[in-house]
Amino acid sequence: MTERRTTQESAYLEDLESLEKNVYGSDPSWARDLRKAAMSKFQNLGFPTARRGNEEWKYTDIGPVAKVKFQSFGSDVQSLVNAKNVESFSLGEKSWSQMVFVNGSYVEDLSSVSSLPSGVMVLNLTEAIRSVPELVQQYLAHYADYEANAFTALNTAFIHDGAFIHIPDGILVEEPIRLLFLSTSKDEEEPVSHPRVLIVVGKNSKATVIDGYVGVPNGRYFSNGVTEVVVGDGSRVEYYKVQQQSDNAFHITNTDVSLGRDSYFSSINIDMGGKLVRNNLHVLTEDEGSSCVLNGLYLVNGTQHVDNQVIIDHAKPYTTSRELYKGILDGKSRSVFHGSIIVREGAVKVDANQVDKNLLLSDQAEADTKPAFWVYCDDVKCGHGAACGKMDEKAVFYMRSRGIDEKTARGLLTKAFVSDVIQSIANESLRSQIDDLVQFKIQEWVDR
Amino acid sequence: MLEIKDLHASIGGVEILKGVNLLVNPGEVHAIMGPNGSGKSTLANVLSGNPSYTATSGQILFEGKDLLSMLPENRARAGLFLCFQHPTEVPGVRLDHFMRAGFNSIQKSNGLAEMDVLKFDKFLNEKVGIVEMDRNLTKRSVNEGFSGGEKKRNEILQMAIFDPKLSILDEPDSGLDVDALRIVAEGINYLRSPEKSVILVTHYQRILNYIVPDKVHIFMHGRIVKSGGKDLASEIESQGYDHLENLDESLQSSL
Repeated sequence: MTERRTTQESAYLEDLESLEKNVYGSDPSWARDLRKAAMSKFQNLGFPTARRGNEEWKYTDIGPVAKVKFQSFGSDVQSLVNAKNVESFSLGEKSWSQMVFVNGSYVEDLSSVSSLPSGVMVLNLTEAIRSVPELVQQYLAHYADYEANAFTALNTAFIHDGAFIHIPDGILVEEPIRLLFLSTSKDEEEPVSHPRVLIVVGKNSKATVIDGYVGVPNGRYFSNGVTEVVVGDGSRVEYYKVQQQSDNAFHITNTDVSLGRDSYFSSINIDMGGKLVRNNLHVLTEDEGSSCVLNGLYLVNGTQHVDNQVIIDHAKPYTTSRELYKGILDGKSRSVFHGSIIVREGAVKVDANQVDKNLLLSDQAEADTKPAFWVYCDDVKCGHGAACGKMDEKAVFYMRSRGIDEKTARGLLTKAFVSDVIQSIANESLRSQIDDLVQFKIQEWVDR
Repeated sequence: MLEIKDLHASIGGVEILKGVNLLVNPGEVHAIMGPNGSGKSTLANVLSGNPSYTATSGQILFEGKDLLSMLPENRARAGLFLCFQHPTEVPGVRLDHFMRAGFNSIQKSNGLAEMDVLKFDKFLNEKVGIVEMDRNLTKRSVNEGFSGGEKKRNEILQMAIFDPKLSILDEPDSGLDVDALRIVAEGINYLRSPEKSVILVTHYQRILNYIVPDKVHIFMHGRIVKSGGKDLASEIESQGYDHLENLDESLQSSL
């Protein structure tokens, strides 16, 4: 008999008790109560390791995350990270504001928050909880439901540092605001962090947020993020999440979005790293006329596993959603796409479309794609498409017949497969960086 | 230019070419005519190095070099061009980018200067007129959503861009109406020169009203059964391929 490790729920409870005593002491009581309630919920729920009959976790075994005792607080890792590391991991332009977090802790020295229109708040969440408690309390944990989701509960139980972005009514923030969550480990440490982001955009405003998750190569760590986005009436929010963690990293995020009347939200989710990745994206159209574009791109190799669960809840009439997820899989990697579209009773004229396409570069890679529609209204338009395919060998030959060597041809065709997702990145400098990163990664695979 | 000696080739284990012999000199236009399934497209594909086809025996010399041992990309770089019967769609790759990548790799391997985007753009502007092609088409994905005629014109445009020594045109006339056929044929004629050779594979005689060949070969059951001058094409037009069946049988029994 091999020894069976049990799941580590109680270790997190002990860690929280210690943090409450030593670190979180000066927080307002409501924040301490919130953490306590969330921890209690997490203890009840436990990690969702049971997969039989559990549609949500049918294709993803969370056991490897649940059974490891990660360190909630380790040695002073800030000393391991310098401005140069940060720069190498940063996306976009240097002049844009950037908040930097190392293993979950905000590092002011590495961050730069500047040139924002007056009234715009970009704060460390800990500071916001203390300085603008009423404002934070009004939104925090109201959108990401910790009652039903163990990972959201676990994240909420450790709410401390994080990003709080608040854009008042009628403010157009043209420059993207960047968040960088960096994971690093020393020696045999396996740190866990719970990145927390709260983005609140008022009425008729505009914001772009680039949320980056990176880490030292080969490091084993667990990041369990929760992002809440509140898009006010008539506002426009572009949200980019780019994950480039190590191939040994565990990465789980829950992103919960609420859309006001006639608002627009776009999310582009890019996964290029991680050993086991699970992204839950949940968008609720809370008022009429709102629309969202949810695109995704995943490049996986080796034994990487990336699971995207996207739920769009069309609660109100005249709301629109577009989803386009594309994956390139090599080695023995695996991807899961589970897209649910809910159309509530009375939500007439909903227009929803969902597409997931995968390019399998190896016979041993596997892509599971599962669309689900829950439509409780007649007068709607819903469509979906899913495909899994291999490289078009005719196209490879066509390119070679024009003098292009085979490896370059395969690289170009692989890259071309995801070009529409890359093209959907509205910000030009981010788009060209992502384009280069994807190109580099693909050519690396092809040339091997 | 090109010499094919007793070429045998198969696809999926089935022998299609059963001993093809052909000599093409510089400046010559050879028409290869034959009924459907005779193997004439297979010959075009074997010449260009399509990996789906296997040459099982025989030899092909291209300017004295052993063509069968060369990779498809190296054949292109050596000056061989296949105009595809059914050009492939390549979603996500812009036609102008694709052509520049091919053009530059050919230039590079021949020790010639590569062109940057601006220079190539200008070069392309000069060439699109040859096939009366809309310049905007070159900014779209390769062949994606192109009509049959646009695809064929795109092939001739590429022939103009790559300026090959030997062009193999695999049914450039199929699926074209009378106007499109004229444009494609005029494009091919425009590109003729005393140094360049053309192998024109076709089912019908009609394109030969525009492009006058030096030699006509009748292809049946995987080999050339009859060769002659341009009049041979008119003979096929009036009498069809059937009357040559006997010829093919007598040829077979003589082997």
